[in-house]
Amino acid sequence: MKVTNKYWIHLLLVVVTISTVGPFIWMILTSLKTYEETIQVPLRWLPDSFQWLNFKIVNEKYPFIILYRNTIVVVVATVITQVLFASMAAFAFARLHFPLKNTLFLLMLSLLMVPGQIFLIPHYQIIVNLNLNDTLTALVLPHMFSVFGVFLLRQFFAAVPQELEDAARIDGCSNFRIYWQVMMPLVVPGLVAMAILTMINSWKELLWPIIVNSSIDKMTLSAGLANLIGEHTTYYEQVMAGAVISVLPMIVVFAFFQRKFVEGIAQTGIKG
Amino acid sequence: MAKRKKYDYSAFLFIAPILIGISIFYLYAFVRNIYLSFNDVGVFGERTFVGLENFRKLMEDPIFKRALLNTAFYAGVGVPLIVMLSVCIAWLLNQKIRGQSFYRTAIFIPAITLPAAIALLWRWLFNSQYGLINYFLAWFGVEPIAWLGDPDTVRWSILIVLVWAAISYMVIILLAGLQRISSTYYEAAQIDGANTWQIFFKITIPLLTPTIFFVTIVSMIGMLQVFDFIFLMIRVDTASYRYAVSLVTYFFETSFTLNQRGYGAAVSVISLIIIFAITAIQFRLQKRWVNYD
Repeated sequence: MKVTNKYWIHLLLVVVTISTVGPFIWMILTSLKTYEETIQVPLRWLPDSFQWLNFKIVNEKYPFIILYRNTIVVVVATVITQVLFASMAAFAFARLHFPLKNTLFLLMLSLLMVPGQIFLIPHYQIIVNLNLNDTLTALVLPHMFSVFGVFLLRQFFAAVPQELEDAARIDGCSNFRIYWQVMMPLVVPGLVAMAILTMINSWKELLWPIIVNSSIDKMTLSAGLANLIGEHTTYYEQVMAGAVISVLPMIVVFAFFQRKFVEGIAQTGIKG
Repeated sequence: MAKRKKYDYSAFLFIAPILIGISIFYLYAFVRNIYLSFNDVGVFGERTFVGLENFRKLMEDPIFKRALLNTAFYAGVGVPLIVMLSVCIAWLLNQKIRGQSFYRTAIFIPAITLPAAIALLWRWLFNSQYGLINYFLAWFGVEPIAWLGDPDTVRWSILIVLVWAAISYMVIILLAGLQRISSTYYEAAQIDGANTWQIFFKITIPLLTPTIFFVTIVSMIGMLQVFDFIFLMIRVDTASYRYAVSLVTYFFETSFTLNQRGYGAAVSVISLIIIFAITAIQFRLQKRWVNYD
C-alpha cells in the first residue's frame, strides 16, 4: 500500500516536471538545429550536429551584452535603493515613536492594493518632464520606493528584542547607529528576502521599459528580448538561441541560491 | 512601561526618503491619473476638461467591453486552475520521497524565467505547422490547431501560458505553508486510522486555508492585470489580438500606442475599481472558509 502510493507520487511529479522542464529542453534542442531540421516533417528530436552558429548569429544581431549590462545596472540600483529606503522606514515604524505614525502607516497600507497601471501615465509624464526618457535612470527612479518592503521589513525590525535597543541607548547610541549597527545585522534574513523579491520583479519588468525607453541600447533584457518577437520569428532556431541566452544565466544563479530564492518568495506568504 | 514615551522627531529623517518618493510617485501620480481620466489629452499633453465623457465613451466601446469580458475569463477560469493545480503540486512536493529536491528545482524554474523568453518558447510550441503540441495531439488524431491564429482558441492558448507561468511561484508559497503545519496533526490522524485522502481533505486543506487565501488574492490581482503574455504572443495587427485583449493591454494600447492618455487613464480607473471590489469581496468571503488558529 505504502509502496504503490510512492509510485503514484513519483509518476505525477514526473508528469509535472516534464510539463515545466520539457519546454525548456525543447527550446535548447531547437536552438542547436539547422533551419531545415526545425521544420522537418515528421518532427525531428535531435539535430544531426549541434549548430552553435545560431548563438553566434543571434548574438551579432542583438546586443545581448549591452542588454545584460543594462539589466544588471537597473536590477542592482533598484534593489539597493529599495532595500535601503524601505529598511529605514521600517525601522522607524517598528521602533520609534513619532506623530502621525499610524496615519502614515495606514496610508501606505492602502497604496499596496492599488494596481500599478494607475501610476504609469503620470510616471511617464514625470520622466518626460525631467528629460529622462530613454535613459537607465528612468527605469530605476519610479521603482526605488517599495511600500511592500516597508511592511515586510517592519516585522523583522519589530522582532528584535527590546533589551538590545535599550542597551545600545544606555551606551549612548544615536538612532542612526542603532539602525545601522545594531538592527541591520539582525534583520539580514528579511533584507535578503526583500532583495530577492525585488530582484525577480525588476528582472522580469516589461511594461515600464517599453513605455519609457525606445532605443535598444537603453533596454533591459526583458524588454529587449520582446523585440526579438515579430522581427524574425520564421527562424525559430535563432529565436530559441536568443531565448536560451536570456534564460540560462538566471537558471545558473538560481541553482546556486535556490534555498535563498525559495525562502524569499515564501516570506511573502507569511502573515505577520 | 506604563509611562508614555516622548515623540522622537528624528524618525522623520528615517521615513523622509520613502515619504518623498511615495508622495511623488504614488500619491501625486494617483491623483493626477484620476484627474487625467476627466480630460481629453492630446499627443503633446494638451488637455481639455471633458468631465465624464471618457467614461461614457468607454461604456459604448466594443473593444473595452471585450477587454472586460476577456479579463473576467482569465481571472474566472485562470485563478481556480492556478490555485487547484498549485495546491496539488505543492502537496506532492511536500511528500517525503527520493529526488524531492530535483523535482522542486524543476518546478521552480518558470518562476525566474523572463516573460519574453516564456512567450517565445510557447509561440514555438503552439506553432500550428511545426509545433510540439500539435505534434502530440496528432497522436490522438487531433487535426492541427491554430492556437494563436484562431480567434476562438486564442484566449485558451493565453490562459494555458498564464497558468503554466504562474503556478511555480504559487507552489513555492504553498509549500512553505504546508511546511508550517505541525506534524502532530498528521500523527493524531494516523493513529485514528485516517487514510491519505481523509488526511488531505480534513487536515491539510483546512490548515492550509490561510495560505490558499493569500495565493488566491495574489493570483487574482495578477490575472486581473494580465499584460505580458498577450502583448508578447499576439501581434497587435491581427484579428486574434481583438479576441485576447485584456484591460491592461487595452490600457497600454490607448495610452501609449494611440496616445489617448485621458481615455487610457479612464481605462485604468475602471480597472482599479474592479480590483478593489473583487478584493473586498474576497476578504469578506474569507470568514466563511479560511481557518486561523
